[in-house]
Amino acid sequence: MTEWQRVCELEALVPDRGAAALVGGHQVALFRLSDSGEVHAVDHLDPFSQANVMARGLVGSRKGVPTVASPMHKQSFDLRTGQCLDDPEVSLQVWPTRVADGWVEVQVVARSRAA
Amino acid sequence: MMNQKKKLAVVGAGMVAHRLVEAMVERGADEAWDIEVFGDETRPPYDRVALTSFFSDRDPEDLLLGDGELWKRPGVRLYRGSIVSGIDREAKQIHARNTTFDYDRLVLATGSYATVPPVEGSDLPGCFVYRTVDDVAELRAWVLDREAVLGRKVKGAVVGGGLLGLEAAGALTALGADTTVVEFADWLMPLQVDQAGGGALRRIIEQLGVSVRTSTATSKLRAGRDGKVTRMQFADGDKIPADVVVFATGVRPRDELAREAGLELGERGGVLADEACLTSDDSIFAIGEVAHIAGRVWGLVGPGYSMAEVVADRLLGGDATFEGADLSTKLKLLGVDVASFGDAFAATNGSLEVVYADPTAGVYKKLVMSDDAQTLLGGMLVGDASAYTNLRPMVGRALGSDPTAWLLPEGMEPPSGSSLPDDANVCSCNNVTAGTIRGAVTDHQCTDIAAVKQCTKAGTSCGSCVSLVKKLMETQMAEEGLEVSTALCEHFSVTRAQLFDIVRVSEISTFSELIEKHGTGRGCDICRPVVASILGSLGKGHVLEGENATLQDTNDHVMANLQKDGTYSVVPRIPGGEVTPAGLIAIGQVASDFGLYTKITGGQRIDLFGARIEQLPEIWKRLVDAGFESGHAYGKSLRTVKSCVGQSWCRYGVQDSTTLAIDLELRYRGLRSPHKLKLAVSGCARECAEARGKDVGIIATDKGWNLYVGGNGGFTPRHAQLFAEDLSTEELVRAIDRFLMYYIRTADRLQRTAPWLESIEGGIDAVRAVVFDDSLGIAADLDAAMAAHVDTYEDEWAATLADEKKLLRFASFVNAPETPDPDLVYVEERGQRRPADDEERAVLIAGASIPVRDAEVTV
Ligand code: SRM
Ligand SMILES: Cc1cc2nc3c(=O)[nH]c(=O)nc-3n(C[C@H](O)[C@H](O)[C@H](O)COP(=O)(O)OP(=O)(O)OC[C@H]3O[C@@H](n4cnc5c(N)ncnc54)[C@H](O)[C@@H]3O)c2cc1C
Ligand code: SF4
Ligand code: FES
Repeated sequence: MTEWQRVCELEALVPDRGAAALVGGHQVALFRLSDSGEVHAVDHLDPFSQANVMARGLVGSRKGVPTVASPMHKQSFDLRTGQCLDDPEVSLQVWPTRVADGWVEVQVVARSRAA
Repeated sequence: MMNQKKKLAVVGAGMVAHRLVEAMVERGADEAWDIEVFGDETRPPYDRVALTSFFSDRDPEDLLLGDGELWKRPGVRLYRGSIVSGIDREAKQIHARNTTFDYDRLVLATGSYATVPPVEGSDLPGCFVYRTVDDVAELRAWVLDREAVLGRKVKGAVVGGGLLGLEAAGALTALGADTTVVEFADWLMPLQVDQAGGGALRRIIEQLGVSVRTSTATSKLRAGRDGKVTRMQFADGDKIPADVVVFATGVRPRDELAREAGLELGERGGVLADEACLTSDDSIFAIGEVAHIAGRVWGLVGPGYSMAEVVADRLLGGDATFEGADLSTKLKLLGVDVASFGDAFAATNGSLEVVYADPTAGVYKKLVMSDDAQTLLGGMLVGDASAYTNLRPMVGRALGSDPTAWLLPEGMEPPSGSSLPDDANVCSCNNVTAGTIRGAVTDHQCTDIAAVKQCTKAGTSCGSCVSLVKKLMETQMAEEGLEVSTALCEHFSVTRAQLFDIVRVSEISTFSELIEKHGTGRGCDICRPVVASILGSLGKGHVLEGENATLQDTNDHVMANLQKDGTYSVVPRIPGGEVTPAGLIAIGQVASDFGLYTKITGGQRIDLFGARIEQLPEIWKRLVDAGFESGHAYGKSLRTVKSCVGQSWCRYGVQDSTTLAIDLELRYRGLRSPHKLKLAVSGCARECAEARGKDVGIIATDKGWNLYVGGNGGFTPRHAQLFAEDLSTEELVRAIDRFLMYYIRTADRLQRTAPWLESIEGGIDAVRAVVFDDSLGIAADLDAAMAAHVDTYEDEWAATLADEKKLLRFASFVNAPETPDPDLVYVEERGQRRPADDEERAVLIAGASIPVRDAEVTV
């Protein structure tokens, strides 16, 4: 079943700066890119440090790939796929997003994570 | 099985012995040889060439050669404070420490001793020679003590106006003595320069306040009533007062062991050895200043090092030879350049001399050319030796252009890195050719100057060749298609310094405009903060203003320091470490109300840990109301100016160090820079503020302030170096303003001041010239930039609290702005909280019923 959760107005997201959100009990990091206008959502949990900080990372690009770098120890992740670009074994979960009526919505999906 | 290793004994633990052992170890010869080194000094081998720096850099440890690991290797032993008293060539034994040591091969590396002329009274207390760290330490203690006892400036006399004498004169002057140099010959440095050069040198040195007497013989020294030297008398009957006397009249090889053992000596001393460095006993080598090879003894370290390499090779069965060496010298005496190289005295038949002299500027330069004026044979440079590094490797080669051009003040375009032939000797101290340096790039993958130095040893002794080594390396890298990578990152192909200039001279004040015009892509976690810092240094807006906010690392963005669990620490500024009891109570109250872990930092202030992002504005509101402001513990900017209590309370303080520290901290607070900046001010030479560990360190003197720069703690600790002495407060502040601004403009990203000083062409001297002599003509610019910083400073936190929009950034969740991160877990320790570790978390989250270990939780 797909369920979309309304999170915030698009205008509440500063371009190229992340924001954390609570979506269905999960901590999600939202990014609105200045050039493409796209909104991406990935885990807020940094898999390396186990701290909820990804939304506070710097947005950028690597060889054209839109990225966010963990503010803790600077590993970069592909914002579109969640893949860590510095370690092929690690990735962030990606959450589908859409903008409806000026509101950002995130699809609530079951989280698959083994501890 | 018995140890099959052979025994090598080395007598003398000086510079050349050190190089021998180093060369043996590098070639793996310590597999076949047990090496025992005997030295009568109490220190491990140190850099005698740099002895004079002991006065500005007073820690003898800084002079030690190598990192000390050499002496800890199995099979290598250093006996310090052990004089070797005899050699038994029959038994192949030496005597030391009241016992005998066997050897298979023996190396004599006993160096020289300083000679003292037969002058009556030369053994009076207060007479010194200038050869060892102990000599220099005693000399220093003597001068300081006499100054205190006599209550006036000490009068110093140096006998000998050669290389060592002028070094000694420099040292005495640095200690505050009125100094006279007495030279027997008709001019100074007669072995290195001709009469005209000596005359130029004399004028410069006299201008520095040192008196010079040439053609003068010292005849007698007289003691005062206290038995200490007080007067120097000359053969012509004249006399001068002298509270301290340094003899620098020459050195003589320490060949007494060899003489007693019946080895052949050179006519004028020195242990006679062949081109294999073997003496008349084929089990005994002689190297360094004690050796007489190829017709002479060699009084410089470079030839000694070559001999050490020869012996290391021979001990491994090789057939290397020593056939003489380059006796070129370049030194900086009392801040005056003197260089002499090749056939400086035009001894070659038919040679031509090209001279350039500018007596008003105190410059004398001479090139000696072959009879057809094509080939450079040698030369001497007094007053300005900047051309030395480029000229010396050209000896024996066609200069390829009008030789006079090399002598003009601007100098010629030096040979570009590629035009120098492979066999040209670039580093004469360590005998490294241009080819070897190119090889370091091509065969050993060295891509920065530090790697090349380590790999080839070029530039590791006197340092005069470093700029040329760097040029060679860069040219070679370019030829290999290796990027001499000065690019900031994939988005900007320029360096940080270039980017700084682009922003400074253009109207650009946003990242997007900058990257559109001068870069590619969207930027990254490297270039974004760099641009933020540059915009910050140039005063282009609040760090959270508009687009600037997207450039900041989280620390700068929320103006606090990120901790391991995602919370932040808060550090209010406490200028100079001075805080009132009421201030302390206010901080304590905030910490207590918000449950923050509290710790005194290493920077003389208080850190409050564990603040959640959404709590930061509330916490800061309380702190700002109590009169505090941001301490910039985040961000690359001024951290603290550490102080000692100084004159106000301390019984030794000679200046008000606390007030100066506070003033400086308030002046430079918030200044964005390539890396963090730390300063300190000590109220006297006891140095309780550890100023010499800081980027800028200030130590009070009874005349003002001594300024040190380039100190660093961290991974590679460095002592700050003396930059200027006895400055008034006003002069001091101007010097620091310029130093900091010049650093901010030109340093690389994340380059502290110590590596920056090393990387800058001309090193600390060049920076000193920029700061004090305005050598680049930018001083007014630097002053204006600092004035602008001081004028426009505002507390970032106060400004943020006053702006509703900026406060939105501190929401924990965009859809639940005040909900705390639900995953934070703490435990108590010593009465305060700290983040739980993994095990503690497992227990605390899952509840007490789950066993502590092997907890496997699936969510
Ligand atoms: C809090 C403190 C340790 C303490 O409990 O006392 C500390 C804590 C941190 N230090 Fe430090 N350093 C602290 C004094 C020092 C000192 C001692 C001093 O300043 O006298 C040094 C050595 C001196 C020096 O810098 O030359 C020091 C050398 C470093 C370095 C190595 C710098 C280098 O040049 O190699 C780093 C890493 C860096 O900056 O890249 C670092 C980085 C850090 C960071 C910022 C690491 C980080 O990014 O999280 C730490 C976080 C601070 C925080 O959360 O508040 N810290 N750090 C000290 C804060 C002083 C202050 O009041 O601001
Ligand atoms: C102030 C100063 C400035 C200088 N500047 C320069 C310069 O700019 N460029 C340059 O090339 N050279 C310079 N020199 C010269 C340079 O220091 C020497 O050439 C070099 O140190 C020679 O090395 P060495 O190992 O042969 O002798 P040393 O370094 O003198 O080492 C010999 C060691 O052997 C020890 N020893 C002697 N006899 C015994 C014994 N019987 N038992 C045990 N130990 C013994 C001595 O105590 C000494 O420690 C300078 C020298 C001085 C003093
Ligand atoms: S080095 Fe020590 S004081 Fe500095 S950040 Fe790391 S743990 Fe903290
Ligand atoms: S010439 Fe002295 S270190 Fe290279």
